[in-house]
Amino acid sequence: MNCIIVDDEEMARAIIAQFVTKSTDIECIGEFCSAIDAIKFLNLNHVDLIFLDIHMPNFTGFDFIQTIKNPPHIILVTSDRDFAIEAFEYECIIDYLVKPITEPRFLKAVHKVLAIKTDEQQVNTAIQSEEKPDHFYVNIDRRLIKIDNNSVNVIEAKGDYIHIKTDTKNYIVHSAMKKIEDILPKDLFLKIHRSFIINVTKIIDIEDNSVLIAKDVIPISRSYKTELLKRINVL
Amino acid sequence: METPNLNYVNELSGDNVQFKTKILSILKKELPVEVENYEKYMQGLDFFNAAQSVHKLKHKISILGLEKSYYIAVDYEHNLNNDSVALKNDFETILKAMQEFVIKL
Repeated sequence: MNCIIVDDEEMARAIIAQFVTKSTDIECIGEFCSAIDAIKFLNLNHVDLIFLDIHMPNFTGFDFIQTIKNPPHIILVTSDRDFAIEAFEYECIIDYLVKPITEPRFLKAVHKVLAIKTDEQQVNTAIQSEEKPDHFYVNIDRRLIKIDNNSVNVIEAKGDYIHIKTDTKNYIVHSAMKKIEDILPKDLFLKIHRSFIINVTKIIDIEDNSVLIAKDVIPISRSYKTELLKRINVL
Repeated sequence: METPNLNYVNELSGDNVQFKTKILSILKKELPVEVENYEKYMQGLDFFNAAQSVHKLKHKISILGLEKSYYIAVDYEHNLNNDSVALKNDFETILKAMQEFVIKL
């Protein structure tokens, strides 16, 4: 799960960033001292969670929430204990941390968000699995070639192309990673790195930060590892 | 009057010396600016913005382990928002103690 921190106070950002660094469940992809800069970032990037200060000059945390179209999950961070009731009127606000934040309280809030995200993913997976076919077609040299989902081992992004590795053959296709990610069933495939999607059923072993599929050793990003471990049956 | 301390900073940093240095350096940088802003607004009788400055300073007060002082700051912020300067002297005594402590770090 990734996150951004929005707080005009450098001290507050440094403390939250430190907690994030220590947690294996979460990765910080941006720190902002101004709400406007954070909104610009949100328009271009997918963010799972925002640590948001309420009291910022010219633009409060609540103004910020009302400005963004589909707000991600939000943990409010404030020196005020008085905003709790107002805070929970917003569906996207999952928790409310009062400064100075302690690590156990920080982790409790993050775990709350993780639990909600897991529920959401399970619902999405169920819906998507019902809808998606068991194959897809790729356009190679003006031919549409059928590929069965079950035959795919790994998909790797390489610039403007994706490299689809199946049991019998490899295909290089001009496509964005996001495009193939959207058409693959979520119950079978999982993104484990910015450049890799794997067929979860083809995993031979997992060691530290890599996974072995057929003869390929695929790196696992720290932010995707928790999700991968949730998806496999560990004794 | 409470004495400022680094209990929270130490707990936060554990044995991470680099992080502790970073936090103390931010404290040394941000505290004088926040105090200066507060004083500027008070001189201009701009109580609304002075209250905003007090709000910001509450975090530093907590970080320096001044638990009772935090509540004085909460009440003072409330007073300023209602155009009252009650608790001004108490709050400024807290600021002085914090500045004297931070300058020695």
